[in-house]
Amino acid sequence: MTAVSDREQKILGIIETARSKRAKFRDTQINMAHGAGGKATQTLIEGLFVPAFESSELAELGDAGRVEVDGAELAMTTDSYVVKPLRFPGGSIGELAVNGTVNDLAVSGARPLALTLSLVLEEGLPADELRSEVEAIARSAHAAGVQIVAGDTKVVERGRAEGMYVCTTGIGRIDPRANLSPAALRPGDRILLSGSIGEHGTAIMLARGEFELDAEIESDTRALWPAVDALLDAAGPQLHCMRDATRGGVASVLNELSRSSAVAMIVREGDVPVHPAVAGAAEILGIDPMYVANEGKLVAFVAPEAADRALEALRAVDGCEAAAEIGEVRTEPPGMVLVQTSFGGRRVMDQLVGDPLPRIC
Amino acid sequence: MKFVDEFRDAELGRALAGEILAQVQPGRHYKLMEVCGGHTHSIYKYGVDDLLPANVELVHGPGCPVCVIPMGRVDDGIAIAHRDGVIFTCFGDMMRVPGSNGSLLEAKAAGADIRMVYSPLDALRIAKQNPDREVVFFAIGFETTAPSTALTLKRARAERVANFSCMCSHVTIVPPLRALLESPDLRLDGFIGPGHVSTVVGARPFEFIPADYGRPVVIAGFEPLDILQAISMILRQLQEGRCEVENEYKRVVPYEGNLRALEVMAEVFELRPHFEWRGLGFISHSGLKLSEAYAELDAEQRFSVPGVRVADPKACQCGEVLKGVIKPWECKVFGTACTPERPIGTCMVSSEGACAAYYNFGRFAREREVV
Repeated sequence: MTAVSDREQKILGIIETARSKRAKFRDTQINMAHGAGGKATQTLIEGLFVPAFESSELAELGDAGRVEVDGAELAMTTDSYVVKPLRFPGGSIGELAVNGTVNDLAVSGARPLALTLSLVLEEGLPADELRSEVEAIARSAHAAGVQIVAGDTKVVERGRAEGMYVCTTGIGRIDPRANLSPAALRPGDRILLSGSIGEHGTAIMLARGEFELDAEIESDTRALWPAVDALLDAAGPQLHCMRDATRGGVASVLNELSRSSAVAMIVREGDVPVHPAVAGAAEILGIDPMYVANEGKLVAFVAPEAADRALEALRAVDGCEAAAEIGEVRTEPPGMVLVQTSFGGRRVMDQLVGDPLPRIC
Repeated sequence: MKFVDEFRDAELGRALAGEILAQVQPGRHYKLMEVCGGHTHSIYKYGVDDLLPANVELVHGPGCPVCVIPMGRVDDGIAIAHRDGVIFTCFGDMMRVPGSNGSLLEAKAAGADIRMVYSPLDALRIAKQNPDREVVFFAIGFETTAPSTALTLKRARAERVANFSCMCSHVTIVPPLRALLESPDLRLDGFIGPGHVSTVVGARPFEFIPADYGRPVVIAGFEPLDILQAISMILRQLQEGRCEVENEYKRVVPYEGNLRALEVMAEVFELRPHFEWRGLGFISHSGLKLSEAYAELDAEQRFSVPGVRVADPKACQCGEVLKGVIKPWECKVFGTACTPERPIGTCMVSSEGACAAYYNFGRFAREREVV
């Protein structure tokens, strides 16, 4: 091929500089893309929140922050749940509100201890629906081994909330076996995924009934501590980093980490487990399951010599039978995630720009 | 998945890639245009171009119906969407396309009732469910989606759904192709013909390309094997000195097209004298509007729209990029005034457009060449 001309090199340089600058939040109003977990969300966090709070812990952009109290290392995290519909195949907002928050603790290497619970209820919400969600919260908290230790309730006028919003804050104790950080990623690290992807997001999309598609897909909502526990046991310090692949899916997790750690990642598409019904719905809607939300799947980065051991341990955990090694960390090109497609080509798996929208063409 | 996996077989793909490698002359550079945005998407999704020899280059054509909608029309849509009592409906990927003052997604954030639909019939259903609201469907797309809009309008009229109307921005595929081919500096060797459009119009409308302009056309399906097969068929034509329209997508595309769909379109639509394309300017007889018989369902007549033409900045060179005359980075505004966050031309709007792809993945492409 022709050599890169000076002008082209210069333009590549300009783009590079523009991309490496810290994101500035310039939008005049909030739109749905700011909540979708992709580029717009990142701009909001890195361009507004992080600079405003000047917290080194927050700037790490992990799933939970660390707090040291008299030598005890704790992890804290918080999350709000605004799902519509409140109940969907495989779960409900109550289960999500517990599992989502304990999972953010778990992938930070912390055993979840306690949760607080805030409820924003809409006037007119049937008491039976509330009761059923409270039961779901109690059940999930029990299953995850956490206590609800404080709470708050607000009621807003009809039309000001979709039935109910739930916010949980969690605290956990960082496990002594854990030594996790994005900075610990090394070229050669293997990427493990704890099971098949895209089930929660697809179940919700179909449950909304906007597409007149029917398929038997259930949300994968579940607590991940048992999986984390097994990984820590099997790999110890060779487990370098973990993330909970929720909003924005596995693709967003990989992109965030490859950018923040200035490494490349290569994913073997054929090794990523996808339930056939999820693959079918994604095919029809023109959506890539790699960008679809999960509520009980983690991505783990493990040193190559411990990868087989870690995968075996993971597969022995209830609900992680389909766990797989899906790729590895590389050096070049830094900040990029590449996909080796099942068809035999390669492509870039980019950050999500807004909500995943169905395509017409 | 049945009827899908067969067309994504990696081994057959490698065999076809080998065939293609044997067909190209080492010293010659081949530029082939895939006309349709759906092909661009498949090429990107499966990494098809990664399997091609370095001297076979794919040029992304004007067939992304979302990207070609000019800013002024997005502005008109937003103006209607902001009117009291209006529910504005459109396809998902249209919502991000920027007008001169933001996108439909931003208009939604500002309070307009804009809803994503998957089919025009969904828009009609929303109209029936909300008889006290005006429901407008923003119809876009080539001949692929136009018949479903036409059938929806027929049904709306038959069922007397008075609160439903359509802002018609359908376009046709042949005029922009002709505009590209008319250009004296065209550097394309052949065309991968649009499979979905051809299911409706058939293969015949593309006969002028080999006949008048001496370039082969192979109509192709959207699976990666379809695309490789079509490339191989084009190269074979070039090798054998043939130049004709061939149909790789026979399992779906009849040579004469879908006569029933064409009839419905002829009844509901008529050609506009000219229609503006983002980055390409005005092209004669390239857009559709509702025919006289359906004028009462025409949103542009029902609501007054600003109809202001927002000129593409003069420096935008999408036309040249599409013709393969210049590379994205050679455009005067590339990477400065025109970026994926603030796109000017059609090639930067879609993430798969030539310019956006180069902006995001240029470094990757470079490395591939070095390897």
